[in-house]
Amino acid sequence: MEGDIASIGAGLAAIGSGIAAIGVGNVAGNYLAGALRNPSAAASQTATLFIGLAFAEALGIFSFLVALLLKFA
Amino acid sequence: MATETEAASEGGLVFHPLDQFIPTSLFGNGAVHWYTPSNLTLWLAILVLAVVGVFVLGSRGRGIVPSRMQSVGELMYGFVYKMIEDVTGKDAVKYFPYIMTLFVFVLFANYLALLPMSYSPTSMIAITAVLGFGVFIAITVLGFVKHGAAFLGLFWMKDAPGFLRPIIAIIEVISYFVRPVSLSIRLAGNITAGHVVIKVFAGFAALTLASPAAILGIVAIYGLEILVAGIQAYVFTILTCVYLKDALHPAH
Repeated sequence: MEGDIASIGAGLAAIGSGIAAIGVGNVAGNYLAGALRNPSAAASQTATLFIGLAFAEALGIFSFLVALLLKFA
Repeated sequence: MATETEAASEGGLVFHPLDQFIPTSLFGNGAVHWYTPSNLTLWLAILVLAVVGVFVLGSRGRGIVPSRMQSVGELMYGFVYKMIEDVTGKDAVKYFPYIMTLFVFVLFANYLALLPMSYSPTSMIAITAVLGFGVFIAITVLGFVKHGAAFLGLFWMKDAPGFLRPIIAIIEVISYFVRPVSLSIRLAGNITAGHVVIKVFAGFAALTLASPAAILGIVAIYGLEILVAGIQAYVFTILTCVYLKDALHPAH
């Protein structure tokens, strides 16, 4: 075993990416559920879908960035 | 070559997955200054040539029935134009050139970065931060020029109950100043993460037993990255449109 304490921190920060995945799945799943109930309204809401996905995903990317900074900076 | 096979037999990575993001000088191994021809400037130049190729040379015929290149350009033009009309409103169409420039730059940078052995300019936070803070400063200035002090009404929710308004105002101010950071880090992080994953799978391909799975993995991730490259350009542009809407109509 080798490495330093920053590697553990990087691993913990990577958990955040997984949690962001829950958020992204939530957004997409709820969009699909709504779209199947009212398919005629689905096309007009794709922009909202992508904005929601982007916001949820950005937080996961932040934790990925923290992991990279801990490991390499 | 011998050291590579040794490293492979030990199960270690032959190369570092983050090496691809280091700008290196094209000629010699000297230090990289801002004027050095590096692989970054090379791919930015290729990007400009590709944009000129599609939008200037490809559309030169200006046919009523467009050629293939012209229809690609027209598709992108119409896509961004419709997005501004839908998201920001018809009065924002005069800001179309700026938003189209952002979209084309990010889209072409993302897709050129998917070519093997290329360099991805949008993986550099320096470049995406210039784009993100450029949007932020432009929109803040535009908001104050158009509305003066009334632009600050963006942070003051009139619909909220009275005692909650200061708290909401603080949260709104914080979220306003996080916008350029999240805009730039989202783009750079997504592109960086995708390319690192491809390189990590490529490292596994050096192991004889894991190579078939690794190559299938590269193909699958590459397909995902083609999707992500387009979506990130789309997201960057549509968020710019949303922020622009705030600047033009601060009262919700």
